[in-house]
Amino acid sequence: MSELRSAVVELKNIVKSYDGKTILDRLDLTVYDGEFLTLLGPSGCGKTTILRLLAGFEAADSGEISIAGQAVNALPPEQRNVNTVFQSYALFPHMNVFDNVAFGLKMKKVPKEEVRQRVQEMLRMVRLEEYAARRPHQLSGGQQQRVAIARAVVNRPRVLLLDESLNALDYKLRKEMQVELKQLQRRLGITFIFVTHDQEEALSMSDRVVVMCEGRIEQIGTPRQVYETPANLFVARFVGEINVFDGEVLERIDPQVIRAVVEGLECTLRSERPFARGEKIKILLRPEDMRLSEARDDASAEGRLLGKVVERTYKGMTLDSVIALENGKRILASEFFDEEDPSFDYDPGERVAVGWVKNWEVVLPDAG
Amino acid sequence: MRDKSLFKFLTIGLLALWLGIFVLIPNLMIVVTSFLQRSEEHFVDVLFTVENYRKLFDPVYFGVFAHSTLLALVATLLCLLIGYPFAYRLARLTTRWRPVLLVLVIIPFWTNSLIRTYAIKTILATKGLLNTVLLALGLIDAPLRLLYTSSAVTVGMVYVLLPFMILPLYAVIEKLDSSQIEAASDLGASRLQAFIRVVIPLTLPGIIAGSLLVFLPALGMFYIADLLGGAKDLLIGNFIKNQFLDARDWPFGSAASVTMTLAMAVILLAYYRSIRRLNSGGI
Repeated sequence: MSELRSAVVELKNIVKSYDGKTILDRLDLTVYDGEFLTLLGPSGCGKTTILRLLAGFEAADSGEISIAGQAVNALPPEQRNVNTVFQSYALFPHMNVFDNVAFGLKMKKVPKEEVRQRVQEMLRMVRLEEYAARRPHQLSGGQQQRVAIARAVVNRPRVLLLDESLNALDYKLRKEMQVELKQLQRRLGITFIFVTHDQEEALSMSDRVVVMCEGRIEQIGTPRQVYETPANLFVARFVGEINVFDGEVLERIDPQVIRAVVEGLECTLRSERPFARGEKIKILLRPEDMRLSEARDDASAEGRLLGKVVERTYKGMTLDSVIALENGKRILASEFFDEEDPSFDYDPGERVAVGWVKNWEVVLPDAG
Repeated sequence: MRDKSLFKFLTIGLLALWLGIFVLIPNLMIVVTSFLQRSEEHFVDVLFTVENYRKLFDPVYFGVFAHSTLLALVATLLCLLIGYPFAYRLARLTTRWRPVLLVLVIIPFWTNSLIRTYAIKTILATKGLLNTVLLALGLIDAPLRLLYTSSAVTVGMVYVLLPFMILPLYAVIEKLDSSQIEAASDLGASRLQAFIRVVIPLTLPGIIAGSLLVFLPALGMFYIADLLGGAKDLLIGNFIKNQFLDARDWPFGSAASVTMTLAMAVILLAYYRSIRRLNSGGI
């Protein structure tokens, strides 16, 4: 679907470094018109730098940036058709809400009456009409956040840049704002580029997620692709909890299936990657794909690993258990409560057999 | 708890005593004196009069006030024009160079400003350093008349008072959130527009504080006008000093002093009001 859309932002071969330290390393990225794209990665991975390059606060050492088909490398921030929602909101404390939102339109010399109309319409959209005369410090965090969004969106930018914009909010408000942002983006049809280090936020809001590490893009994909078929161990570990098993390829059975030894257990795995016989592999499994059962002596014959429950945590929806396998490796299993069996629980020290939902494993070559 | 209250009592008590003896009592004496009559033998005769205040409205004296205020205003404006860019750069410098420049701003305080004014005098004198250098470079043919002009007084004031402008400005500019400026340009403001609409309003408390710290002393600094302006550049400070030391008219000098103090009090009051208003704006 995204292939049919036109590109609105293009970054080509971008290099950026500070004090000899490379922040972005020959980065390419295309953002499609109208999509909600999230840049996800740990702090220092370069995701905020991408936003600052797009906004024009920083210049790339080399490479090309274009917005809506226009090369913008030499364009100062005030001439770019993008607006930013800052992490700290950066509302003007000496202006009231109305003047904050009107600032961009006044700079563009929009007629007074139109400014008034557009600002009021915008404030209605973010449900802050009543607060037009207030100063930013008289508002709550969530309201300030909405003013910051209104102040940027009222200018009808081609691209809205959001820099860790929900970080300062508490959990509940954050959840609400995630929904509101997503709705706003659908209604306006503006391209959103959202920066966060919160994988849950990235998965729940985005059309596409760009996972970054140390100035490079590790994977671009839909939330589902990134979560279910991570391209490498970094993505797998960063996006959610994951269990990593060590294994070795025995043989290929058919184009989709290989036979391998996983933590000493022989089994078949689903993978289309070309693997050589004897190649070391990593098998990735999400905790919710793990299945625990009563340990019987013939467990290994059924394609199950034996282990002992070390820890159990009641999570409301799920029961999370840490299991130590016989070779010492610890894995995490997250099981939903079964309505049939409300008393379902484990005792620490209990022996269990560990299996997983067939074909849900991700097999990667052992990079080192 | 008892020790703490004793400490509080001692420190505040000492300070109050100090201020009472050296500030309150002398000022009260001046206020009282301003309503008394001049006497040839005893300096002051204990006879109530408002004549001293009436005399202040004489056009001759009013001219002194006006000239003095103008000079102080010019000095303040110059300090602001020099101090603001300096403080701005200073606040944006790397942590390596900032302390060095800050120390350079503060070092002049280690020498008495009277002595530093004498130093300026030797630089500006007809056969002084500046003329000698300019002559040697061939830029001028005859020595310039620099000393004993209004410009010399202004230069002296700006020189002595500049740190009082830079330091409060530095304090507010350093706290200025650079993302505010980025937000302004992100929303389409040019650098000049961002400066006028965001930077100046946000640093206004520093601008006001610095201007007051320069303007108020500039009104009363008699020795700079004395040394660099000669006898002809009469300022309020000189005028008051002359009434006490030369004319021996203590009541009249007191009246002028009380008037100036009241004027300053009004300005300070306006300052606190405006700062309170700005603070309620969340700055």
